[in-house]
Amino acid sequence: MEPAIQQVVAALEPFTGYIYPNEYYLQWELLIVLYPYLTGLVAGAFILASLERVFHVKALLPVYRLALLSALAFLIAAPLPLMSHLGHPERAWEMLVTPHTTSAMAMFGFVYAWYLLVVLLLEIWFDYRVDIIKLSNEKTGFMKLVYKVLTLGTTDVSPEAVKFDDKVGKFITVVGIPSAFMLHGYVGFIFGSIKANPWWSSVLMPVVFLFSAIVSGMAMVMLIYMVTSWVRWKTIDMACVNKLAEFLIYVMLVDFTLEFLDFIHRLYESEESIQILSQLITDRLFISLILLQVLMGGLVPLVGLLVARFGKFPDEMRKMFYFVCGVLIQVGIFSMRWNVVIGGQMFSKSLRGLTVYKVHLLGLEGLLMAIVLLVLPLVVLAVLLKLLPPWLAEKQEQKTA
Amino acid sequence: MSNDIKNNEETKTNKVLDRREFLDWCLKAVPAGLTMTACGFSAGELNADEGKKHPAVNESQAEANYAMAIDIAKCIGCGRCANACKKENKVPDGPHTVRTWVERYVIPREGETMVDSPNAGINGFPELPENTDILKSFFVPKLCNHCSNPPCVQVCPVGATFQTKDGVILVDEKYCVGCRYCVQACPYGARYIHPTKNVADKCTFCYHRITKGLLPACVEVCPTQARIFGDLKKISSPIHRFLRFHPIKALKPELNTRPKVFYANADQEVR
Repeated sequence: MEPAIQQVVAALEPFTGYIYPNEYYLQWELLIVLYPYLTGLVAGAFILASLERVFHVKALLPVYRLALLSALAFLIAAPLPLMSHLGHPERAWEMLVTPHTTSAMAMFGFVYAWYLLVVLLLEIWFDYRVDIIKLSNEKTGFMKLVYKVLTLGTTDVSPEAVKFDDKVGKFITVVGIPSAFMLHGYVGFIFGSIKANPWWSSVLMPVVFLFSAIVSGMAMVMLIYMVTSWVRWKTIDMACVNKLAEFLIYVMLVDFTLEFLDFIHRLYESEESIQILSQLITDRLFISLILLQVLMGGLVPLVGLLVARFGKFPDEMRKMFYFVCGVLIQVGIFSMRWNVVIGGQMFSKSLRGLTVYKVHLLGLEGLLMAIVLLVLPLVVLAVLLKLLPPWLAEKQEQKTA
Repeated sequence: MSNDIKNNEETKTNKVLDRREFLDWCLKAVPAGLTMTACGFSAGELNADEGKKHPAVNESQAEANYAMAIDIAKCIGCGRCANACKKENKVPDGPHTVRTWVERYVIPREGETMVDSPNAGINGFPELPENTDILKSFFVPKLCNHCSNPPCVQVCPVGATFQTKDGVILVDEKYCVGCRYCVQACPYGARYIHPTKNVADKCTFCYHRITKGLLPACVEVCPTQARIFGDLKKISSPIHRFLRFHPIKALKPELNTRPKVFYANADQEVR
């Protein structure tokens, strides 16, 4: 592991070669790594939900509502890292009030608002409307009031109304798929459109971001489904996780192919920046790119999923395989975001030197803050699961059966 | 006959006012003048409101298109320009927050080109090792290129960084949200985040000076006149003559940022 040792040694030096004086400090740190990671989970979870809703993959029914709620929880947390890295968070609203139309970043507010208000909240509300009405009748005290408010005044639970809910929900999902594509494709565009940075500037960036988002979102919903089932002492629906594993394999293959294409393309074109980018990979990103993203977070879980899905194993063993692969995929996709965001700032635009990034522990952009922002969506999800239990449908099905 | 009438009318209009007419004129003109002044003031206030957004914009300069040329053959690497800039613009101390800096290029007979800019070149450059086999060496002052097609302006989410009518790229520090997207978008490393104001900061061509007809501080102090400043629209501007008689190169032309800092006698290693 010579490059790994070199990397550790390099981390002790401030920089190598020549960097422009103003490039000494990295501008986008750990929090901006979190932002595309969290947004990716939203897009991925939503695409997963749409597989059941629009494409009628019935095996995925047990995770349909869970996927929607996860998407909402991650979406609520997604703008927080962006906000807290701003030099003037109190001026953030200017992006919405006086947006600069040529800026990709200014469009974030609108894409976000569209996705949160028009797609996700509406879809969840229509899906849960009947349940909310029932809960508002069953519960007492404060919770009754909460559910009453959530009904938005509707009381109709007739079959026609339910049919209408279903119709609208389906329509929103159809609109939601391109919206989810837009949400994360756009995040990729924020980086891909920066011509000043040869590591970012690539037309493939939005597509790569999108597919990696689907991978991470699906894997995350699978993990959440397994954990919530274990916590609730329920058996995991094997048909569902098997189907999830299959989809994961397909999307991972596409994702891997795209990233490989990007790599080969850069290597073959061999532009002015190729030398410094090669140095970047070998001297700075060896651990996070080669080891974590490609090997541990890419090839290992891909092979693991293939073996677990199509090999002859008992279900318990298979579940463990899926779980470990899901965790590894998260590590891989997080590393991918790291390599894009941090990697893109570790070489000088003079193409003559490499700089170093040291994670701070404390502060608004520090490690602790990042951990808080990673845990926060899980807390939000726990509240959402308590408020709108996705397993209500399960119970009803059991009752009718 | 008709000519006579015409002449009479002309003499009427050209004649000197008598006292009665003068008083009449005053009675009409004074209130009108007051009204116009009042309107003028309110218009001025409106402009002042707009001015809150871009206080440095000077309408009277709208006809200019400012640019800088740098003669690399003349730069001796004294770093006075970088020092003057720090003082004139109250740029935060330290080697990693600079609006302009001087790079030293050392091209050996064999091997990689070496570049350095210790403390932006303000304190000069260290001696090279004695046995260095140098093909050539030169100094390159760098600053914001005030691009005609500026990527930093394009990406700013609120429009806090903007191009003035006279072609200078400025940052409105009361408006900037500090997202740092412009720093990422600048191919020349010309921007930094002001450590106390938490907003993007960069060279302004000393806008406060050039709008008063003065030269930017770096140009003013350069002992060898390696920096030439001027108005591209004004044919008598020294920059015209300079651009005419020197082979010119812009930095990173492939990015189509169309810089307005022009380099004369630049080696291909300069980027």
